[in-house]
Amino acid sequence: MQPSERRNQTQTIWQQQYESGNKRTIWAAMKRLGPYLEGLKLRWFFGMLAAVGAGIMALSIPQALGSVVDNIESDDATTMVVWIGGGIILILGIIEAVMVFLRRFLVLPPASDAETSMRTTLFNRLIFQPAAFHAAWDAGQLQSRAIADLNMLRRFFAFGSIMIVTQSVTIVVGFTLMFINSPLLAAIFLCAAIPIMVLGPRFRMKFIHFSRSSQDKAGDVATKVEESVHGIRVLKAFGRGDHARHDFRREAGQLRHLEVAKARTLASFQFLMILLPEGILAFCLLTGLWQVGQGTVTPGTLTAFFATAVVLKQPIEGIGMLLSQVFMAKTSLDRHIDVMDIEPAIVSPDEPKTAQERGLVQLHDVHFRFPDQKSSDRDLIDGVTLRIEPGETMALVSHTGGGTSTLLNLVPRLYDVTGGSITIDGVDVRDYSLPDLRSRITVAFEDPTLFSASVRANVLLGTGHQRDDDDPSHPYRAAAPSDEQLDEVLTSALHTADAEFVENLPEQVDTRIGEEGLSLSGGQRQRLALARAIAPNPSVLLLDDPLSALDVRTEERVTERLREVLDGTTTLIVAHRPSTVALADRVALLHEGKIADVGTHTELLERSELYRKVMAPPRPSGQDLMNSVAEEVRP
Amino acid sequence: MTQTTRKNTTENPAPEYSEVPQQATQPPNPSDTGGGTGTAGQVDPFAHLRGTAGEEQIDLNKEERKFIRRRSWRLLVRTSKGVRLKLLMTALAVVVAQAAQASTPMIVGALAIDWGIPRILEGNAMGMWLPAVLYMCAALTAATLLFFYTRMTAEASQFMLFKLRDEVFRKTQELSLDFHEDYTSGRVISRQTSDLESLRELLDGGVNSLVQGVMFMFFTVVTIVLMDPPTILVLCVAAIPVFIVGRWYQRNAEVAYRRTRVSSARMIVHFVESMTGIRAVQAFRREHARSRQYKKLATIYRNDMLRSISLLGILQPSLMLIGNLSVTAVLLWGGFRVLQGDLGAGVLVGLVLATKRAFQPLDMIAMFYNSLQSATAALEKVSGLLEETPKVREVQNPVRLPEADGEIEFHQAEFKYNDDGPVVLKTLDLHIPAGQTVAVVGRTGAGKTTLAKLLSRFYDVTSGSLTLDGVDLRELSEEDHKRHVAMVTQEAFLFSGTIRDNIALGRPDASEEEIIAAAQAVGVHEFIMNLPEGYDTDVNKRGGRLSAGQRQLVSFARAFLADPAVLILDEATASLDLPSEQLVQQGLERLLGNRTALIIAHRLSTVAIADRVLVVDEGRIVEDGSPQQLIAQGGYFSKLHEAWEATMSS
Repeated sequence: MQPSERRNQTQTIWQQQYESGNKRTIWAAMKRLGPYLEGLKLRWFFGMLAAVGAGIMALSIPQALGSVVDNIESDDATTMVVWIGGGIILILGIIEAVMVFLRRFLVLPPASDAETSMRTTLFNRLIFQPAAFHAAWDAGQLQSRAIADLNMLRRFFAFGSIMIVTQSVTIVVGFTLMFINSPLLAAIFLCAAIPIMVLGPRFRMKFIHFSRSSQDKAGDVATKVEESVHGIRVLKAFGRGDHARHDFRREAGQLRHLEVAKARTLASFQFLMILLPEGILAFCLLTGLWQVGQGTVTPGTLTAFFATAVVLKQPIEGIGMLLSQVFMAKTSLDRHIDVMDIEPAIVSPDEPKTAQERGLVQLHDVHFRFPDQKSSDRDLIDGVTLRIEPGETMALVSHTGGGTSTLLNLVPRLYDVTGGSITIDGVDVRDYSLPDLRSRITVAFEDPTLFSASVRANVLLGTGHQRDDDDPSHPYRAAAPSDEQLDEVLTSALHTADAEFVENLPEQVDTRIGEEGLSLSGGQRQRLALARAIAPNPSVLLLDDPLSALDVRTEERVTERLREVLDGTTTLIVAHRPSTVALADRVALLHEGKIADVGTHTELLERSELYRKVMAPPRPSGQDLMNSVAEEVRP
Repeated sequence: MTQTTRKNTTENPAPEYSEVPQQATQPPNPSDTGGGTGTAGQVDPFAHLRGTAGEEQIDLNKEERKFIRRRSWRLLVRTSKGVRLKLLMTALAVVVAQAAQASTPMIVGALAIDWGIPRILEGNAMGMWLPAVLYMCAALTAATLLFFYTRMTAEASQFMLFKLRDEVFRKTQELSLDFHEDYTSGRVISRQTSDLESLRELLDGGVNSLVQGVMFMFFTVVTIVLMDPPTILVLCVAAIPVFIVGRWYQRNAEVAYRRTRVSSARMIVHFVESMTGIRAVQAFRREHARSRQYKKLATIYRNDMLRSISLLGILQPSLMLIGNLSVTAVLLWGGFRVLQGDLGAGVLVGLVLATKRAFQPLDMIAMFYNSLQSATAALEKVSGLLEETPKVREVQNPVRLPEADGEIEFHQAEFKYNDDGPVVLKTLDLHIPAGQTVAVVGRTGAGKTTLAKLLSRFYDVTSGSLTLDGVDLRELSEEDHKRHVAMVTQEAFLFSGTIRDNIALGRPDASEEEIIAAAQAVGVHEFIMNLPEGYDTDVNKRGGRLSAGQRQLVSFARAFLADPAVLILDEATASLDLPSEQLVQQGLERLLGNRTALIIAHRLSTVAIADRVLVVDEGRIVEDGSPQQLIAQGGYFSKLHEAWEATMSS
């Protein structure tokens, strides 16, 4: 799919989601989480109690301290007063530490379980979404939903939600204590608390704004770096290093300014956060001392007030942050639910049909267009009717971008036809259950995606290798190789695809390849992808220009071997060069979305001007020729 | 930098210039652990750590560690130039600010309660005003200075980061291509992104909170000493378990952190591969198997993460417990002394409050250690990269060449990649008159591309000379060289931005008309006009929207606009399909015009337009002549031509 189409589609999906997310209340959103939170509820409650307990202990310690001071200062004080005071402080202190420990201990494991199960459920949902969905949703987008958003939710459940309750309780209890002991001082202190609670979230919003834009900018800087490194040859060849550096400096400079602006916001915030409460406390000190002079307040009470104020400072500052966490959690939750709510468009029918496997593929007036193609454009596939007999090899030929690759995708229902139908052995592909359908068909894609796993696992992807016994997507098939035959299948598939280079890898077929392992050349990957398609012994084999990255000699060998293997397997092969067409019994020429002609290669060469144009002389791979000629010339 | 061995080579250009490359750096080779890349027989014991070579080494001895540390430190000191005064001021600000903050319990306890209250009771208003005003002053000082501190540290650290970023960028652009061939793009990118990011994190958050925390603790302890020196004993005793717990946390956190990183990376790779390879997953019915695997990976990640968080869950209450026990001890001991009349009750209050506060920043400090470690590792790598020196560099007084005809001469030129390496290009004498189109053919690895690389000065000849219009390339100013010699490679790389931007890269000051004229000349104008936004169409990342042929045409337009006297085409048509090749062919001929051109050829069609063909084999030219001559001669080229013809007619 073209990126522009992709973007449009993404936009519409984003719009939908924006609307649905807005409509949902936070409670409705939380309710959706019910199943995940089952094990969490009770422990969360106790965790909350522990946190409240810890908060109350923190508040009690100053109170106890105040009374100890008052008692010690009284004239009849004995050592007993000190012992009791110390004992109380000790017990409270121990309880506080234990409570803090308990909160984490109680809440964290179930919250992580909830996070993990949401994550795996999300994955499970996404993996069944059809290719069209994944074309619209960038993997990075989905990835951030699976990691960052769910981390955010875990933090909210394990920390934010509990702290909101706890800190609210702490603030209320703290102020109550203050009011009981010294109402005047408490009233003054409250004056500082209110602007802090109001200003806190506002500053936070501003800060978040800056930190988001600087994150974006950091992304831009990274892109510049990436391009300057990947395009270093071009930059060097044209001497445009300075030009690139100029661009880079501009971006990096902007990043620097954003970061500084962010820090300035933080600095002003910090300034207020220190000055407001401390300034008010200075005023409290003045008032308190005056009250002591009047005899309305004891020194112990004054002590207790200051100790309590210190304890309260943190929750007062923090409550704004916690409230903004609620909004962030809500956003994350919405993002999660919105993806979960999209029903996969391609699923097995309720009552699947099946048929004896023979390999007859028929296309009846097949139409296909991408959902956001311009309405004035004709369908990309505009009424293709074609019959491929069991065991026949049919080549599909067209100009680049003529729709042949798309046509292949329709057979195993990676995309669904938008008109007409495709039948296999007489049954519409949409009437098969997906596992049944897809176990009959294998595909070698033009762009060979391999996974980070051993060569063995990659080639045996379509077989029973490394599957659960009850894997529902691996139904029984008479023609499929049994688990005992897999080694043999692997060897012969690798042989057919001329992928014997595997023998020279450090651990042969057990060598890890892909992202985390050895990287292979395009030609090597293509051969493995071909082996992968052959291995399950399908009745219908779809090959999308499978030899394009191979040099002439390898291609010859592979063609030779494929011809033997393909005998008896219905094969549709997208071909761009005569050497690939040579594999086919017949050739179908696709032009402007329709079948323009069907016949053998020779017939078409003779009668079709169009075919001759598309199949014009083979591109001599110059390097190969040079190599082979050099071998001849040299003595 | 201060390494003397390096200095010698960089400040010693001209006559034996061709010797420089080998001395400048060994190609980064982790296995090369033997010493001795220094000049004049000096043995450099850290040769294996210079530049990026030591990057992958994990087990370093003490000396080696010191060497790398010192290098990182020097880099930091160097980048701090320009903000050093600012840094000094921030240090002062934070010291005073934290002292002011730490003094408040003392003001409340010793000053207000013990000193003030008796005076107030005597009717002396000073007892009331002095503590309050002092408290206010402390608050104001702390708030104001911290305000400046936060701003100034950000300004200073961002200044340094910007400088580092720019320096790394410049360095990577400056380094020769052979460096880039060994040091993968991924590594360069992570130097610039994740490494500098961890440095930023440290400067931004870590150092800030650490300095504040440490200063806060320090001054809190000072106030305790001022109020009642013996109490410090309690804190000394408490320091022992704090130290043990802290060490325990650091050790385990490091391991846990690394494990979590590994398991999260695995999980992410699995996720991204499954989503990007969705067609293969579904076509081969691996949905359930991959789901199950993901669940396994997600569970491992969960366990690792939980373990890592649990460490904090033990550290925090432990420190809290030690703090509360200390508070109790201070209270008991102080209480008895109050009873005996040795201590004022107010001082006791101050002591208890200060003791409680002294423990607050501890967990932050323990956590800081982690970010310090990753930042240190990052700095080590970055400083290594910056230590690399390019093999090819401009001489001090380069020869200017405002206009060039494009006459090229190789004279007794020889080239090998490094001292002990094989000779890639054997003694070559070759004269290419201005305006000639030369096709170079030969087997894989015969040395065709070497010619191109030497001409575009990705490398310098190891002996002999290579001149453009009679000027040795090594003497020629870089600017003029780039202006006169341009190269179009097989992979037509497009930068993100518009088509216009990409063409304009050939000559950034070109006018709109010139850009369009260039596109028209190579025959890509029509195609561009058919794009949704014409020349303003964004080519997306890595030029995803254009086919290989179209990309190549855009890069031709770029080269046309650059209008060089010498043009090098390195297999520029190799990746094109036939229709594109036909399209490009016309563009190519227009592009060549009257320029001197060196074409590394893969196609007969390209060779056909050449005035002269060079057949290269095993680093030397084995045939040289016009295509017709060579065909008549019946050597390699005539065989090749025959084979080509054969494939054309089949």
